[in-house]
Amino acid sequence: MKAAAVTPAIAGSLPVPAGYTWQQAAVAVAIAAFLLVFLIVPVVTVVYVAFADGAGGLTLSHFATFFHISLMHESFWNSLYVGVWSVAIATLIAVPLAYFTVRFEFRGSAIIQTLGVLPLIMPPFVGAVAMQLIFGRSGAVNLLLNDWFGFTIPFMDGLNGVIFVEALHYFPFILMNLVVALNNIDSSMEESAQNLGSNGFRLFRRIVFPLAMPGYVAGAALVFIKVFDDLGTPLVLNVTNMLAPQAYLRITSIGIEDPIGYVASVIMVIASLGALWISTWVMRGKDYATMQRGYAGLAKRKLTTRQTILAYGWIGLVLAIVLAPHLAILLLSFAKVWSFSVLPDAYTLAHYASVFQDSPRAIWNTVLFCGIAATLDVVIATAIAYLMLRTRVPGRNALDFTVTIALAIPGVVLGIGYLRTFKGIEIPFTGELLTSSWILIALAYTVRRLPYALRSCVAALQQMHVSLEEAAENLGASKRRTIWRIVVPLMAGGMLAGFITSFMTAAVELSTTIMLVSSQDDAPMSYGIYLYMQSAAGRGPGAALGVLAVLIVAVGTYLSYRALGQRAQDARDVQRLA
Amino acid sequence: MRSILAGLASTVLALGAAAAYAQQQVTIVTSFPKDLTEVYKRAFEAKNPGVKVEVLNRGTSSGIAYVREAPANNKPDIFWASAPDAFEVLANEKLLEKYNGANPKVPAKIGAYPINDPEGYYYGQALAGYGLMWNTRYMKANKLPAPKEWVDLAKPVFHGHVAVSSPSRSGTTHLTVETILQGEGWEKGWEQMLMIAGNCAAITERSFGVPDGVNNGQFGIGLVIDFFGLSARASGFPVEFAYPSVTAIVPANIGLIANAKNAELGKKFIAFALSEEGQALLFDPKISRLPVLPAMYAKAPAGYPNPFGGKIKPKVNFDSDLSRSRYYVVNAMYDQIITFRHKELVAATKAIHAATARLAGKKNAQAEKLLAEARELTFKPIVSEEKAKDKEFLALFSQTKRDAQKTKQLTGLEQYWNSTARKNYIQAAELANQAAALAK
Repeated sequence: MKAAAVTPAIAGSLPVPAGYTWQQAAVAVAIAAFLLVFLIVPVVTVVYVAFADGAGGLTLSHFATFFHISLMHESFWNSLYVGVWSVAIATLIAVPLAYFTVRFEFRGSAIIQTLGVLPLIMPPFVGAVAMQLIFGRSGAVNLLLNDWFGFTIPFMDGLNGVIFVEALHYFPFILMNLVVALNNIDSSMEESAQNLGSNGFRLFRRIVFPLAMPGYVAGAALVFIKVFDDLGTPLVLNVTNMLAPQAYLRITSIGIEDPIGYVASVIMVIASLGALWISTWVMRGKDYATMQRGYAGLAKRKLTTRQTILAYGWIGLVLAIVLAPHLAILLLSFAKVWSFSVLPDAYTLAHYASVFQDSPRAIWNTVLFCGIAATLDVVIATAIAYLMLRTRVPGRNALDFTVTIALAIPGVVLGIGYLRTFKGIEIPFTGELLTSSWILIALAYTVRRLPYALRSCVAALQQMHVSLEEAAENLGASKRRTIWRIVVPLMAGGMLAGFITSFMTAAVELSTTIMLVSSQDDAPMSYGIYLYMQSAAGRGPGAALGVLAVLIVAVGTYLSYRALGQRAQDARDVQRLA
Repeated sequence: MRSILAGLASTVLALGAAAAYAQQQVTIVTSFPKDLTEVYKRAFEAKNPGVKVEVLNRGTSSGIAYVREAPANNKPDIFWASAPDAFEVLANEKLLEKYNGANPKVPAKIGAYPINDPEGYYYGQALAGYGLMWNTRYMKANKLPAPKEWVDLAKPVFHGHVAVSSPSRSGTTHLTVETILQGEGWEKGWEQMLMIAGNCAAITERSFGVPDGVNNGQFGIGLVIDFFGLSARASGFPVEFAYPSVTAIVPANIGLIANAKNAELGKKFIAFALSEEGQALLFDPKISRLPVLPAMYAKAPAGYPNPFGGKIKPKVNFDSDLSRSRYYVVNAMYDQIITFRHKELVAATKAIHAATARLAGKKNAQAEKLLAEARELTFKPIVSEEKAKDKEFLALFSQTKRDAQKTKQLTGLEQYWNSTARKNYIQAAELANQAAALAK
């Protein structure tokens, strides 16, 4: 029996219970302590250098100097340009994909959604290497274009290349968040609008998209910040006049003492925070909670033949481009020699053999570090989301703010901060240095990936009206039971998205890893690939390891969809029967 | 949550137990690629059962920082890298340990350059020269002739087909740049490099970006160290490598770090690397470096370059003191007027090439004057030779960077170079275009 029709959420702030319990406060304090030690203190160390005048005091002169350097000016505007355009193109790719696969009857939409997540799996700099092979000056596409038509397209030249690679790598952030948000929209909203005469693009623009706004804005802000702070892609594409490469270059080549690099880092932090503030401001004052969950039993819409062809055509084109780097990496892993030709000369399995001989440890390390980081992230993120939206614990918004800052910290900076802060500290019972152990890497991943998990969990919780929990408590459930039986299952979609994002972005991250990896035994796959890519004979094995990384994460993603997806589905079914 | 914590705790304890087992471990900080370290690691571990070789892969300057910042009771054992400058820096900071580990069969010098550190802090382990590497397919498709000398790369026919890295990003590129500067003189050397850079498609981020790009056909020609070219050719890539006459042969070094955690094993590894067995590993096609033991060349593969045999005639006697004195100036200048202004430099060079082609054979005094002015604006180095020798000027670059006053001065100077270069290149392009227009 269908559930009763529901009224849409009332505009205004969510009602929150007065006061708070000591358990909630304890959780808040524990999280705060964790963030203090592993985020705030290292970052403050780095910020201090930007303001230090070398004699123990503070000064603004470094900032003044920074703004007088035209190269830094240029780098700043280039970074902004690349960031904005990457978001634009990522939106273009993600929004139609999300809408088609969620709203319409589409065979294979599950596959499309999973495939649309693949770009995140590949380390960005590997993606750039692969894109060069296909879209570069002497890449497959341009070689063919030159042969057939006599011209080439500078896909990968200068900033264009960065935008192209970044948009293709990061659009899944928008896609995943948007899919979750769209799936959570009550389809009876759409029905009501249609009853009142709105349909087609107007329906999308006035009803569906605004309701899916939390997902879109969360995704777009993430994309901008990630692109703004990305180091690997510009470096591999030899674009040095952007802010992140400049900060990295100055700190590593001029010296760890060079303050201008730290100033650049602080400016990056400020710009990223600005982007986040804009995204929060857009969401202010809007209540997006609905009581009924999506999947209300309404059949998905059917497309006309013409629409089907268009839709499949668009999706096919996008997927072809998105999968190009994966295909290139696959070919490279089997290629004997691939030079100035559309396809490799000859094929071999030797690269996989050498990977399994030399780097089995790297695979285990990735699973271990990223698994720990993602699990911790989801647990902490759910706790913070609950504290923020359902309690009055003082300082809860400060927690959110602090976690969000982690997004805006370039990986290099966090790495340097950790090395400085934890210098000389030994792990109890082992006599091993903390800075030489893998635990610090896992913690760095946790801290840097926490914002993604938090955004997902907050978005999921925001769409859940508190009266559902009140109903449970009225029926006698304790707060703990309510959380475990009502809140978590209904948030499962967001938590899953958070876990997957955390895991996958941690699996491919390189900037912090480079700073913190001590021994090759502790190296995760991303670092292993990076090492391989530093010699001519290593490109094949590096590509092979990259393919293995993609496989592992794809399998992990699929399994999590099966496991958690089932539980969430059960919860919704139960609700529907009530 | 509880099970996660329990899992973490037990893993930590297990690691501790494992650490207790792995007593015999030698830790090497190196900028060498995995191809090379893997081969040495396997060979050394096979020869010494129970010993583990731990390789920490770091770029040269990051490696120095790592050694410097490692706590006193946990220092790595060996530093192994290409750039002699890095070893000088470490020796000056007393981070290397002096001991008697030289192999007596290694000659004292290569040309006029000492193979081992005269002070005894580090030893030459392999030799390397610098040269040109090109992709035969690319050259054929674009109808380019094979280059012989650095200066060939300045020719108009190579515009947009060359690649080079930046000395601030790559110790080996820095050595290449210094070789050119010492071989041709400051002014002429900079002129050549500016012309070559103007012909470059890209200034790559790291030294490996050049041979990598040449390997996969992205660039036609690159300035590389010999082993990049030789190993790529041996791996089957369609590339060729040649030494120009203005080249230097310089050793790659290995040294024992002061207060190393396991100094005995470190010394053993160094001895192994300098022994015949260790030197023979350099012939591996994926490595392709030049041994320091002259006796090895009798067993080398056919056609292998022999720096002791007299075939490679390096014109330059590399002066590493001079290199060290102007290390940061060269880095800063190159970056400000070439790396960060590359787009404008390429545009100016292109315009000059086009105008030169238009004016070929025609007599037009005014156009020629404009063109000469354009050339001077583009290719004249912004710091003159006298200034480059001025001690005070050099001192500005070698102070610690945290001093606010010095930082301000330094960045002001760099800013001046950057904006002047930009202005000059843009103006040069205009002048060249004007000259071309006059040649109707």
